[in-house]
Amino acid sequence: MAAAIELVNVTKVYRRYGSHHFATLKSALMQRSILQDLKPSETFHALTDVSISVPAGSTFGVIGRNGSGKSTALKLVAGITKPTSGTVSVKGRISALIELGAGFHPEISGRENVFINGIMLGLTKREIEKRFDEIVEFAELRDFIDEPVKAYSSGMYMRLGFSVAIHVDPEVLLVDEVLAVGDEGFTHKCLDKFADFKRRGKTVLLVTHSLGLVERLCDEAVWLDGGRKQIEGDPKRVVDAYIARVAQQEENFLASEDVKALQEQPAQPPTGLDAPVLASDPTEDVTMAAEGRWGSRLVEIAQVGLLDAKGHAAHVFYSGDPMRLHMRIRTQEPVDDFVFGVGIFNAEGVCVYGTNTDIEEFEPQSLSGDAEVFVAFEALDLIEGTYKLDVAVHKRDGVPYDYHRLLHTFRIKSRTKDVGVYRPRHRWDFTGSVSIKPRP
Amino acid sequence: MWHNLARLFKYRGLIQSLVARELKARYRGSALGIFWSFGNPLLLLLIYSAVFKYFVPAKDNTVQPYSLFLFCGLLPWTWFASSLNESTGSLIAGGNLIKKVLFPAEVLPIVSVVANMVHFLLGLPILGLFLAYFAYADVPPAADGAPAITGVALHAAELVWLPVVILVQLILTTGIALALSALTVHFRDVRDILTNVLTFWFFATPIIYPIASVPQLKQWLDLNPFTHLAVSYQEILFHPQNAFGHVYWLLALGAASCVVFLAGYWLFDRLRDSFAEVV
Repeated sequence: MAAAIELVNVTKVYRRYGSHHFATLKSALMQRSILQDLKPSETFHALTDVSISVPAGSTFGVIGRNGSGKSTALKLVAGITKPTSGTVSVKGRISALIELGAGFHPEISGRENVFINGIMLGLTKREIEKRFDEIVEFAELRDFIDEPVKAYSSGMYMRLGFSVAIHVDPEVLLVDEVLAVGDEGFTHKCLDKFADFKRRGKTVLLVTHSLGLVERLCDEAVWLDGGRKQIEGDPKRVVDAYIARVAQQEENFLASEDVKALQEQPAQPPTGLDAPVLASDPTEDVTMAAEGRWGSRLVEIAQVGLLDAKGHAAHVFYSGDPMRLHMRIRTQEPVDDFVFGVGIFNAEGVCVYGTNTDIEEFEPQSLSGDAEVFVAFEALDLIEGTYKLDVAVHKRDGVPYDYHRLLHTFRIKSRTKDVGVYRPRHRWDFTGSVSIKPRP
Repeated sequence: MWHNLARLFKYRGLIQSLVARELKARYRGSALGIFWSFGNPLLLLLIYSAVFKYFVPAKDNTVQPYSLFLFCGLLPWTWFASSLNESTGSLIAGGNLIKKVLFPAEVLPIVSVVANMVHFLLGLPILGLFLAYFAYADVPPAADGAPAITGVALHAAELVWLPVVILVQLILTTGIALALSALTVHFRDVRDILTNVLTFWFFATPIIYPIASVPQLKQWLDLNPFTHLAVSYQEILFHPQNAFGHVYWLLALGAASCVVFLAGYWLFDRLRDSFAEVV
């Protein structure tokens, strides 16, 4: 199939804002590259040597973190900016859903705005007249179309912008993260419209953070990072590679947070918190869930680590993975009254689980010198999110030796976006005259 | 550049609807609406008439009534000055369009110029009414009692030049507007400089004084393009009894305006690619 959009070795360099107006104006006038007059420190590479070929009639996803160059790529395809080097070629009429209703004038009515916006997007007056009813119907704005646009809610505004842009009936549609424009119903209509586009053999370039959408809609995808193409091809593969990288980065970030937490000065315990949090009901103290570390340090938790199934240190786990919590204990002088405790809190501060050796009826005998404590969780049946850990060693009456309050963080990732604080293991079964099947 | 100029012609529909939008949006919400386009010059003219009749009677007897003379120059000047003022900011104000929509940027300053031209054109009939009134009132009736209409009749003969003057001003203003709007994207200072330049320019143009009253400055004033526009308007509208002697100056200015327009468009076209990044 012929390519509808083709980027060949495209590099886009932006100028950083500085005091070099004269130089750039001069170069702009000489039609030389602006960048010749600039030092490397004054430029920013938004895209570096990116080649993408989008076959006609396909739906193509672009994913990547913020600042990875996705939107720059889209603007280049739309012709809004020109590449610094390389070539961009597009076959057919383009409509770009980059910012919805970008040309709307607040003072005049929706009707007049539809016409002007349509003309801006390249339609003739007659074409708009023909599609006008359809546009208004799609935007669900029949009763408000003669109101000035300034009176519209932001949802109405976006819907109208989306509706006009999509009714331009382009050969190539560029979409930048605009599917979050309406309620559930409208989003479905938009998706239907994309599907319709696809059926009619139009090309769609979709920039989004919604990985599910990419997997569901796209025939192909590309992942950009730092302005460079990482991987291109089957959306599932691209998305997986992207998720793996993000997990890796979170891992590094959380690891560095842990180091910081342990280096922090010991905090004073919140007043009235001498009581053993983990020995009693931990949820009582959620309101005082300030981070910190306190205790006599007679017994010290010198190091806390989380280990994955293979025994490697990790901070990001998939739901259902096993996890082992590891504490390295250092003792100043031998003690015989000690309790080890652990608590897991979710991002809202709700205690997901808490326990200690006293609750679970261990009898402390003696502790001296160095020791190691492991808590093995067979399966982290948690929903996706960030969790914080309390770890502590204290006396049976609750007086702490060393209490780490919410100092350690880990993330749970999950493909299922279910809700709650805990995911009981479950399975769906259907019998009788019901037809239901998992989405591909 | 020529290709882009040709494309500009294709966008006339867009310019037309944007101008219409500009005018509609301007009066939306006001009770009298488009009437203000007539009302504003009318009221201004009435105020000037009162001021120069009762408060500061004009000393120069060569131009009477002075308020009408003033208005013949002031109306086109207002078009010129507000066009430039609005168009300099137009690319920045329309930054959203330039950055987010594939949009021919030159449309924006042109819309500013054309929208102000519409205001000017709507003001002309008001000026015409007053001119006609004074033409009747000033000439004593002939012996047989028939109204003397010589002044107005001469008017009609010279009026054919009026569209030419307007066209020349349109080309000149558009050329300057294009250049200034493009430069403003890079240097916001242009706006402030322009405000002051326009104030000076106004007094350096024979609008509030007849050019004949400052013979010692004439050679300097001749260098000012707007002098010839103002004098043309005044000769056509205010001094209908004299032949339109400024026509050669006007044609020369027309040629110069085309050059200014092309230069302005060239500058704009060269800077075009930088707009989406700098705005």
